[in-house]
Amino acid sequence: MALTTVPGIRREPGRPASSYPAGPPRTSLGRKVRDNLTGHAFLIGAVICFAFFSWYPMLRGIVMSFQRTRRGVTTWVGWDNYDRIIADPSFWTAWKNTFSFTLLALVLGYAVPFFVAIVLNEFRHAKGYLRILVYLPVMLPPASALFLFKFYAYDPSDAGLFNSILKALHLPTSQWMQSPGMTMPAMVIASTWMNMGGAVLIYLAALQNIPGELYEAAELDGAGIWRRIRHVTIPQTRLILALLAMLQIVATMQFFIEPLILANGTGAEDSATSVAYLIYQHGFFQNDLNGAAALGVIMLVVLAGFSAAYVRLSAKQD
Amino acid sequence: MSVPQYRKAAALALAAGLGLGLTACSTKSDDAANDAGGKVTITVDCQPVGSQKELLKNWNDDVAEFQRQNPNIVVKSVSVGEQCNNPPDFTARLAGGTVTDVFYGYMTDLQQVLDSGQAMDISEYATKDTVPTWESVDPALKEVFSDGGKLYAVPVKNYSMGLIYNKVLFQQAGLDVNNPPKTWPEVRAAAKKIAALGKGISGYSEYSAGNTGGWHFTALLYSQGGQVLTADGKKADFNNAMGRQVLQNLKDMRYGDNSMGDRQLLQWGDLLTNAGAGKVGMFIGAPDATQAIVSQFQGKFQDWAMAPLPGQDGKAKGTLGGGEGYFFKKGLSPEQVKAGLKWIAYQKLTPGKGQFDYVRAKPQNYPVGLPQPLLFASGSDAQKQELELRKANANVDTANFAIFEASPVPIKGEPRNAQAIYAVLDAAMSGVLTNPDANIDALLKTAEDKVNKLLAAES
Repeated sequence: MALTTVPGIRREPGRPASSYPAGPPRTSLGRKVRDNLTGHAFLIGAVICFAFFSWYPMLRGIVMSFQRTRRGVTTWVGWDNYDRIIADPSFWTAWKNTFSFTLLALVLGYAVPFFVAIVLNEFRHAKGYLRILVYLPVMLPPASALFLFKFYAYDPSDAGLFNSILKALHLPTSQWMQSPGMTMPAMVIASTWMNMGGAVLIYLAALQNIPGELYEAAELDGAGIWRRIRHVTIPQTRLILALLAMLQIVATMQFFIEPLILANGTGAEDSATSVAYLIYQHGFFQNDLNGAAALGVIMLVVLAGFSAAYVRLSAKQD
Repeated sequence: MSVPQYRKAAALALAAGLGLGLTACSTKSDDAANDAGGKVTITVDCQPVGSQKELLKNWNDDVAEFQRQNPNIVVKSVSVGEQCNNPPDFTARLAGGTVTDVFYGYMTDLQQVLDSGQAMDISEYATKDTVPTWESVDPALKEVFSDGGKLYAVPVKNYSMGLIYNKVLFQQAGLDVNNPPKTWPEVRAAAKKIAALGKGISGYSEYSAGNTGGWHFTALLYSQGGQVLTADGKKADFNNAMGRQVLQNLKDMRYGDNSMGDRQLLQWGDLLTNAGAGKVGMFIGAPDATQAIVSQFQGKFQDWAMAPLPGQDGKAKGTLGGGEGYFFKKGLSPEQVKAGLKWIAYQKLTPGKGQFDYVRAKPQNYPVGLPQPLLFASGSDAQKQELELRKANANVDTANFAIFEASPVPIKGEPRNAQAIYAVLDAAMSGVLTNPDANIDALLKTAEDKVNKLLAAES
């Protein structure tokens, strides 16, 4: 993809290199390399970075998942690590929690930014300020934001922010992170608040690309706001919505910092354990880097499915 | 230079620079252990961090004095931030192969360090020639750091747990500070009275997250006479009446009496922060928990006292002991190992020096007089010297620990694969502390299954 943007090597699709009128004939590999030296040289930095910090660790992780290191001796153990990880009762708990979080995040974390964007898009004044306001939480370091929730909003006593609001409304208070049933919603609320700014801005950009005439035509046809959203806004932003949904699924399935900070790890009765946290626990607390690698590979396979869907969707978008 | 040439040259320079940078990153700094002048260099971690000004100065002074006394040894100190308090950081350094020549670890880290293949057998080097007080070091501690008859680390700290209580809150609640609870029913009664003071004060506080819940479950189980694993270490052994009693006691205090506060899922710093703020009546811990309360969490020494761990119906049947030591990285030269041992001997195992330099610590608001680090065997020469120095320079009221010292409880070590087991047991602890309807039998059964699977996988 980057190749087409590097000056000197840009080519039109389907047009053979040798047909370039000003270019010298390209016959040998050496000459091709020489001709594209600038492009390759600029690329090499990115390639080396990816190779060292992305591809090599990934391959190493896959290799490690089939090995076991004991007493400094590494042996091949086939699928043993996978068998062991799947037999761990926390494995299914973690996947259940991860899917719950992803699903809840889709319902809440996906719909809320879309509607916030629609509302913001309707404003005629102070748009810039409102966007900054919505984007502000994204600028807050996630750890700080989550500590705010943990100690201020989710305080299980009546002094907590949410509990005092509930109490003022004469509604029953909650134990929040200390209640296994509330752990997931509480994590999703905090996560949505932290991250929705970015999604809102993307939706806003997409909304502003919708030709105004479509709304005008809809209004002339007597469509109210909901019908305009249903028949104009959603169809016009369908692909962006689908892309962000895919990205959201891939990102939320790897949630880690929420259980780490809000639930001090696993939460009440393992209600917060995510797959990513379980990987961390195996790798860093249980002296089981190989098991952690196996779990990482399983997660990679699951996420690869969603990523493939994303790639197909983005190709469609292009 | 024309634009395209300039661009080409810039790209090549960029690529070369990146390549060189990465090469530099991947090259390990392989300091020559023995330089041309015949000096031996060792790197040592857990130098205090910059914010611990006095501790850092003490460490640097110790290094300077040690090097003056041993002109052929160079000690290179490495501060690794929170590694010394944070197991994941330690694991990362171990896995990354970036531990120092002489590196710090918990007693529970032995298995992990051995599996990483980075520990050196130092049996033949650890003698009274390299460590003058070696004969006085408690043999039980040497045993903890041994495997298959080989010694892999030198113990530098040892503790056992007891009941730490806030004397101010005891007095406010009408309790006798000189007669702290001796049994868990007495703890429950006292906690109820303390919690009745209100103001967000919990009578008794307990961990249930970040592996600390499992750690304390183990200590509480020992007090009942139980054990986490069977004698052969192959099966979980806590799903029984003793394990149930541990969780029932906590559940009764948490939901029966509401004497443990609203905030749960606490881990190390959370509980001590509350304690430093005067919001905790009692908790179980090692003597140096009071030091952390003062130095890190703004509490006061004079507010705290310590008693032996309570038992269910009488004296506790056991308490949890643990500690720390320094390992030696595989591949060191004999000279480096000897130099490392000499440094550890000087800074950690010599009465009057390093961690035992009570004359220096006394005016620095670091506690002198705590019944810790308990490194030397009872009756040994080093122990007698250390006790004399401690008494002569005490800056905390030793009476606050007199009850704890007067009635020692048998110490039991941590189970094999301790951290992994603690992670599992956290769920049982969080269950009874966050769910009023928690089913103790189910929690223990789940934890038992998990630990058994974990042990089976290990074997």
